[in-house]
Amino acid sequence: MTEENAQIVVHGVSQVYRPPAGREVLALSDVSLEVQGREFIALLGPSGCGKSTLLYLIGGFLPTQQGSIRVDGKPVSGPGPDRGIVFQDFALFPWKTVRANVLYGLERMDLSRHERERRAQSFIDMVGLGGFEDSYPSQLSGGMKQRAAIARTLAIDPTILLMDEPFGALDSQTRRLMQSELLSIWQRTPKTVIFVTHDVQEAVFLAGRVAVMSARPGCIKAIVETQFDKADPHLLKSPDFVNKVDEIWNLVRDEAIVAQTARHP
Amino acid sequence: MSKLLARYSPLLLLAVLWQLAWYFEMVSSTALPSLVDVASAWVDLLRSGELLRNAAASLYRGGAGFLLAVVVGGALGMIMAWWRPLNLMLSPLVEIFYPLPKTALIPVTVIWLGFGDASKILLIFLGCMLPVTIGAFNGSRSTEQVMVWSARSMGASRLRILRDVVLPSAMPELLNGIRTALALAFILLVTSELVVAREGLGNLIGYLGSNGSYEAMYSVVLTVAFLGFAADRIYQYFMRWILAWRDATTG
Ligand SMILES: Nc1ncnc2c1ncn2[C@@H]1O[C@H](COP(=O)(O)OP(=O)(O)OP(=O)(O)O)[C@@H](O)[C@H]1O
Ligand SMILES: [Mg+2]
Repeated sequence: MTEENAQIVVHGVSQVYRPPAGREVLALSDVSLEVQGREFIALLGPSGCGKSTLLYLIGGFLPTQQGSIRVDGKPVSGPGPDRGIVFQDFALFPWKTVRANVLYGLERMDLSRHERERRAQSFIDMVGLGGFEDSYPSQLSGGMKQRAAIARTLAIDPTILLMDEPFGALDSQTRRLMQSELLSIWQRTPKTVIFVTHDVQEAVFLAGRVAVMSARPGCIKAIVETQFDKADPHLLKSPDFVNKVDEIWNLVRDEAIVAQTARHP
Repeated sequence: MSKLLARYSPLLLLAVLWQLAWYFEMVSSTALPSLVDVASAWVDLLRSGELLRNAAASLYRGGAGFLLAVVVGGALGMIMAWWRPLNLMLSPLVEIFYPLPKTALIPVTVIWLGFGDASKILLIFLGCMLPVTIGAFNGSRSTEQVMVWSARSMGASRLRILRDVVLPSAMPELLNGIRTALALAFILLVTSELVVAREGLGNLIGYLGSNGSYEAMYSVVLTVAFLGFAADRIYQYFMRWILAWRDATTG
């Protein structure tokens, strides 16, 4: 993989948080990562290793302190609707209903009112929130909020999807459904997906490559190819798949132990 | 209806005690006239048009000063939260003027603008602005970073974010600040009219009092009390309506 054809190029990025009170935190240390157009890559790593931080940097929400990040050849200078993000804590507007939340991004697109509403509705239905269009986020469960946030981001059809543990609050059935919905959207429309998760099986199932990050300060510890035939109904039980999950699980576990001992030396 | 009655029964009790105190002459009748006489004096004031004329004058001054305070104070607080230089410049001023009893400004505004409406509007505006500014400022500062990011990633401009994200985030605190301002507006209005004015409810109270028409004076005092109460009630309904998203609960 060369730099020329990668869609997202993260090069030598380090990131320090300097809270107004308290001590500095080195969240990322010399992270380099290349993501091809239309690729589905999963990001795994222990809690606090900087996965969200990396997404914020690619999203353009945080300025790059050290190193460089290029998207489609241009340095990232701020957020844009080309990079849709599903935040870890949903970030729904609590003063807007589910429908209004999903419509919000669509309002700035060149669509007729009718088309906007049709599209909002279809994504609300897709995530299984039909009947809750007029509910406020405070009236929804955690999993429902998460699905509303996913619908809101998918509705604007970004070419790059940054997803921060998007299925973390879902029960396993809903999770399965959402996984296959996401896969089919990814297969239907040209999209690059960076998908943060703690679930190794989910990562191996969804992604074509899995990047494992080290404990804080985070850097990319290993990148593992995980190409499987997703249409195979017995995939999750196939030996190749199970072995791959095991292999990555071992990598992640080592880092989790490091993170744990760092916290309690 | 019966709930309403139960809720305000202490008020009813107070009225009965008042009337009893008068009946048994426990205090001099000039200090506490009969409630019935107060009511009939009120009707007279209403019939003569005196009450409405003065109420209209007060409403105009109070309303203008209050609305001005809400608009200017709200905008100022939001911009202060948004733009650091303005914050650095104005926060010391806000801190110094906030605890100042605004009634102390009555002579000042009179010297500047005379005895008419303008001085009262200015007084109410100055007095009510700070609670609104502080509410808008603190409310805006409570805006969650991730909400702003979310809006930006969906293509919202800075101005739009101010309207679509910062304003609604600030709304609970802003509305509380405005509620304080509403109460202050009544205090400042009546006080300033009592001190220097040719008309207005405060002036009417002062005039009737110095004239010895205590029944009528009481009726205007009670009218002002009721208006203040009603304004706050209506405002609370308005607040609950605006913040419906926050109080919405399942089921
Ligand atoms: N605003 C902030 N101020 C200070 N430190 C921060 C801030 N945000 C994150 N950090 C620190 O940076 C590190 C990385 O945080 P980040 O949220 O990117 O981790 P993460 O990998 O997403 O974790 P998780 O899996 O728990 O979501 C953490 O150790 C955290 O303490
Ligand atoms: Mg995170």
